[in-house]
Amino acid sequence: MTNQTAERSIANPEIWPDNKEFWAAMQTGKLLVKHCRACGESHWYPRPLCPFCMSADTDWRESAGTGTIYTFSVNRRVGPVPYVIAYVTLDEGVTMLTNIVDCDFDKIRIGDRVRMVPKPSENGTMVPMFTPAA
Amino acid sequence: MSIKNQACIVGAYEHPTRKAPDKTVAQLHAECARGALEDAGLSLKDVDGYFCAGDAPGLGVLSMVDYMGLRPRHVDSTEMGGSSYIAHVSHAAQAIMAGKCNVALITLAGRPRSEASSGTQPRNFGPNVPESPFETPFGPVTINLYAVVAQRHMYEFGTTPEQLAWIKVAASHQAQHNPNAMLREVVTVEEVVNSPMIADPLHKLDCCVVSDGGGALIVARPEIARSLKRPIVNVLGAGEAPKGLNGGKLDLSYSGAVWAGQRAFAEAGIKPADIQYVSIYDSFTITVLMQIEDLGFCKKGEGGKFVADGNLISGVGKLPFNTDGGGLCNNHPANRGGITKVIEAVRQLRGEAHPAVQVKNCTLALAQGTGGRLGALHGSATLIMERI
Repeated sequence: MTNQTAERSIANPEIWPDNKEFWAAMQTGKLLVKHCRACGESHWYPRPLCPFCMSADTDWRESAGTGTIYTFSVNRRVGPVPYVIAYVTLDEGVTMLTNIVDCDFDKIRIGDRVRMVPKPSENGTMVPMFTPAA
Repeated sequence: MSIKNQACIVGAYEHPTRKAPDKTVAQLHAECARGALEDAGLSLKDVDGYFCAGDAPGLGVLSMVDYMGLRPRHVDSTEMGGSSYIAHVSHAAQAIMAGKCNVALITLAGRPRSEASSGTQPRNFGPNVPESPFETPFGPVTINLYAVVAQRHMYEFGTTPEQLAWIKVAASHQAQHNPNAMLREVVTVEEVVNSPMIADPLHKLDCCVVSDGGGALIVARPEIARSLKRPIVNVLGAGEAPKGLNGGKLDLSYSGAVWAGQRAFAEAGIKPADIQYVSIYDSFTITVLMQIEDLGFCKKGEGGKFVADGNLISGVGKLPFNTDGGGLCNNHPANRGGITKVIEAVRQLRGEAHPAVQVKNCTLALAQGTGGRLGALHGSATLIMERI
């Protein structure tokens, strides 16, 4: 069994004019995804101009916070403590970089269902990580 | 309009150092430039085009041009990580064709070994990186953004750690003949899969070396190439392609080499089966596997079977690769291997590779690069060369 043996220090996300709404929502436990009203596509990572049609008519939508592991890697000798980097495909269709936490790392598999858990970075900003849904 | 037959690689030089604590990065660039000019039989005053990328210190082109005393009338600092220098050859050919220069110098150098910089450390790409707020909290480093591709490949296609290990084994077979290589001992599949796990499923021996050093290339107009005393290496075709996160519609089953390779083969007018030698960027074993599939040397998903059983070993297998030992065993200067890929391809085409690994009558070769992070943003560059 491999688990996180100590708290991993989580680097602070940079909070900018184009993403401050996202981080503010995270403080209340909500995961937002950018959606384009012009072409109907959601995208990740969030930006003011849609990367599929360049429309500026984009808005934030709340994600259900559930998804599936697309791929992952247990980092055994990368940092001071083991951690799991992963791409999770949200049920809304976008795939995001994240960490899988609070579980036995050796049991993680591609295709596993996961749910979002906010975790604090060094300055207390909550960042979206995921844990097995079951 | 095509760069086919419009330019030749007339000079190639790989710095022999693998650890250079007593040299500056700028000095290494200059030593590489001098080596390539000597190899070509040209001098500093002949250079009228200069190309460098992110490893060039200071103000890049401006610092290096001034440091080396160049007087270029054309400069280009296209930055696509380790694949940059392969794209530079193509851009130099384009500049020559457009009459912007006659003799282009490309340099790469760095000291990651002396500066203790490796693929398990966070890389600082500076401020205002758009994807950074949604990446840095999660601890992305070079190796784990390649490991996620390997993990997905294993899931989708049943690729095994042993198959990936064969890529390192093949590189080690070539490296034993290279006196400058960092790792000259032949390794076995068992030794690779039993080496420490760094980031699942990549072991220590799935990784390239960390080395100081550098390299340089000289690209010139065909008339100039014909006036020199070296075998002529002609640029036949090239392609380049950045690939990224695609707005969250991520597909890690292929790399930018799918696009870059297709463009290069179309321009050269040849097929993968015509290629006699390949230099394939080998930051990690998975990097090689992906590019071999994406360039069309085998079908998507069959790379594991293709690379197994010594198929990449010169004189043994069907696709001799990285006969200098590659990044996996020889050299990965500046943590960027693109230039060494072209250099070994030039050696092969000139018949100047080590006799133990020289491909007989090698007339068509390909150099392929992947720079950046295969599982996130990366650049892909393909170059096809011919000896005439």
